Amino acid sequence: MTYKTRSELRVILSHLLRDPLGLAGLAIVAVVAFGALTADWITPYDPIALNIMDRLQGPSAAHWIGTDQLGRDTMSRVIMGGRVALEVALPTIGGALLIGLVLGMIAGFGPRWLDNLIVLLLDTVRSFPTVMFALAVVALVGPSLQTVIVVIMVTSIPTYGRVVRTQTLALKSNEFILAERSMGASTPRILAVHMLPNVMGPLAVLASMDIPTVIALEAGLSFLGMGVKPPTPSWGAILNDGYTLVRNTPWLVIAGGIPLIVTTLEFTFLGESLRDVVDPKLRKQR
Amino acid sequence: MFGYTLRRLSLACLTAAVAVTVLFVIIHLVPGDPVSIMLGPRATPEMKAALTAQMGLDRPLPVQLLTFFANLLHGDLGIDVFSGRSVTDIVLEQVPYTLELILASILWSATLGIALGCYSAVRRNTLGDRITAVLSVGCIAAPSFVVALYSLLGFAVALRWFPAIGAGEPGDWGDQLNHLVLPSFAIGLSWVGYVARLARASMLEVLGEPHIRTARAFGLPERWITFRYALRIAILPTVTVIGVGVSFLLSAAVFTEIVFARPGLGKLVIDSITTRNYPIVMGAVLISTLVFVLATALSDIVNALLDPRVKSSVS
Amino acid sequence: MSTREALLEIRDLSVDYATAQGALRALREVSFTVPKERIVGIVGESGCGKSTLIAAIIRLLAPNAAIRSGTILFQGEDLLGNTEKRMRELRGTAISMVFQDPMQAHNPVLTVGRQMVDIQYRTGISGAAKRRRAAAMLAEVGIPDPERHLDQYPHEFSGGMRQRIAIAMALMARPGLLIADEPTTALDATLEVQIIHKLKALQTEYDCSILFISHNLGVIAKLCDEVVVMYAGEVVERGSVRSVFHQSIHPYTRSLLDCDPGRIKERTGKLPTIPGEIPNLVSVPPGCIFVERCPDRIACCQCERPGWHEAGDGHGGACHLLEGP
Repeated sequence: MTYKTRSELRVILSHLLRDPLGLAGLAIVAVVAFGALTADWITPYDPIALNIMDRLQGPSAAHWIGTDQLGRDTMSRVIMGGRVALEVALPTIGGALLIGLVLGMIAGFGPRWLDNLIVLLLDTVRSFPTVMFALAVVALVGPSLQTVIVVIMVTSIPTYGRVVRTQTLALKSNEFILAERSMGASTPRILAVHMLPNVMGPLAVLASMDIPTVIALEAGLSFLGMGVKPPTPSWGAILNDGYTLVRNTPWLVIAGGIPLIVTTLEFTFLGESLRDVVDPKLRKQR
Repeated sequence: MFGYTLRRLSLACLTAAVAVTVLFVIIHLVPGDPVSIMLGPRATPEMKAALTAQMGLDRPLPVQLLTFFANLLHGDLGIDVFSGRSVTDIVLEQVPYTLELILASILWSATLGIALGCYSAVRRNTLGDRITAVLSVGCIAAPSFVVALYSLLGFAVALRWFPAIGAGEPGDWGDQLNHLVLPSFAIGLSWVGYVARLARASMLEVLGEPHIRTARAFGLPERWITFRYALRIAILPTVTVIGVGVSFLLSAAVFTEIVFARPGLGKLVIDSITTRNYPIVMGAVLISTLVFVLATALSDIVNALLDPRVKSSVS
Repeated sequence: MSTREALLEIRDLSVDYATAQGALRALREVSFTVPKERIVGIVGESGCGKSTLIAAIIRLLAPNAAIRSGTILFQGEDLLGNTEKRMRELRGTAISMVFQDPMQAHNPVLTVGRQMVDIQYRTGISGAAKRRRAAAMLAEVGIPDPERHLDQYPHEFSGGMRQRIAIAMALMARPGLLIADEPTTALDATLEVQIIHKLKALQTEYDCSILFISHNLGVIAKLCDEVVVMYAGEVVERGSVRSVFHQSIHPYTRSLLDCDPGRIKERTGKLPTIPGEIPNLVSVPPGCIFVERCPDRIACCQCERPGWHEAGDGHGGACHLLEGP
């Protein structure tokens, strides 16, 4: 089993490296991740330090992307913003994926009534327009990093749950599963050994396509003031700072937007490249 | 077909009911006295007492839920504390603005998307196809509110081609249209990429089918084959995708309304959150949820109408 | 082959497909003629190149196909040298086709009438006249109440009816050559008989030639005047149906005939088959293409490609065993 996974990983990696868009995606993602990890050391200034004397300066030698209305260095805030984006995206997607995985497998493999119940729950969550729901929760609980993570995670669960459920249902009636069951294999074992590897591929693709959506959502909420609390430098918050004085501070708007666009773009390329690898392989496995 | 429609609508009602219950539960789960939450910090003791009696908060929770539903079915979402008007009226007033924005976005992006997708499929693997493909991915990737901000910065502030604020003079169609351009452009941009890719895939699939080969074997002109024979079939999945995208469109509309200071559901909700006007927030969220559930149900029904294979997969 | 005037002449046609493993040599120096007002059958198992051959004639090959060499003459006109515009003029008018799978041959969202009117777009006649012609054609192929059926959609017809409609469409423009690509393979036996009879009757009435592709020897024997036997991209034997089927000179033809279920007269435990499979056409072996599965092979078959030998009266084959002592 491990031998198979290792060689599969190598195949995936080699494909990614050969595809120009996938390579670009991987590179930029690496840059952002690096920036996020080392933010504490590489930011030229403290992202939240106020310096009213230097407020609203355009790009200059001292401040490469200028300063905002409280004198904070934009460059540092942008770099730190990468960390905030990943701080939100990774736990959100990780959590949604795990919960969706469990729920999906239970729904697919378990008794019919349980399946119907879980599907109803998932469909209900899906029936809320995402941003509206997030705004409602934030209205009640107040904006914070944790709130954003929980809300986005909850609204993402149905996506993963449904995919896992469909795969599980399809595999359930597969002949070799029936054979295993007739030999007395327990349900957890079947789920872990047989279902899981088959489901990982599409889930990985889904997750990597979901990251840009989640990052954009967090940025959007922060832009509205409903996301992370100031002075945390989310890219969305930078955009908001720029927007309120848009005629005077165009560089803030540009600076906040570009990393967002580039990051979402590159994660999308990465996801696309991943999907090219995973999909035809899946078909071959069948 | 009738049976399917009935089943689908009942499912929608069930989902809506559960959604409303969830919202209800969330309101009551929040720590603190729900009345204070509902009325906000400016409520006077008299208001609180009145609301408590009206909401029947002294009664057990299931009864409260039922009363909530009963009120909902009557269209009663409560009274706005500040203006004294019914919440339903206030929210419904804003819905047309949001709807017109969403419709304008769908219109231009679906048309352009289908055209681009069709072109890409027919001119497969040429430079034009490759460029469209990359642009499509790019368009999908850029978050809509960033596009909104950039177009505001670029076209409204810097170039002054279009207005930056508001929806225009009511009654003046030209002015309203002028104010619609940038916001619907911002929302529609991601959508164009998505529709283009879908249309391309769909066209390629249809063009590979045997009946197209027959049409070619009879020497029919390529233009007929593309439009009359292939596109007519390929367009179906693209149309049904619009229903799926309503959630995305609604979210994008919220952001765009804020950026361009347009009236609409989004602006209403944000303003209400800032003033802690929770009944309005809840009312707006409720109504948009119900609209969304209805929209997806309608889209599924239209989908089944156009493609009989879908009818059998209602769970 | 017979001494009648040739309608379609194929000379040394070679077609390659570009694949990831290299050039797949789907057709190699295929030559035969379709005389005027004659029915010529092409028989061979899957993979023998029949579909590629047809696609080459009407020039609707896949994008990764390339015509390596050869000529296709239709009434003296060089089809391979034609512009796409000229080919489009010929398709459906001078050369028309009936395809194998009637269930997928027609556009599902347009009525039969609409499709039959559309293919008449080059005639200058009025819409009503086109409809009349379409209805008349449907009646010719034995579809009752044609006027009503024109307004129906393809899925409202059975497979047999759809194939009749396909034949009606193909013959509507009075083509010189009708190419039928396994038109009865997807139909059951009784329908097959009806369609074959109908085709034969229509051929006499319309004076066209038919190129009939099939792997069913019985149908070929009943319908065709001449037959071309193909194996793995090459023509191995051709001639009149009588001489090829009763006096076969190529081992492959003989094996085919032996395996034909219609020929089994006595009860037997096993159905005869030809063991083995067709060779890899990316790396074509040097000798005879049939050598691996040939029951009569001799030493030189492995290393030398057999030339063409005429046994007389248009009957010939490619086999070393035909060479004189």
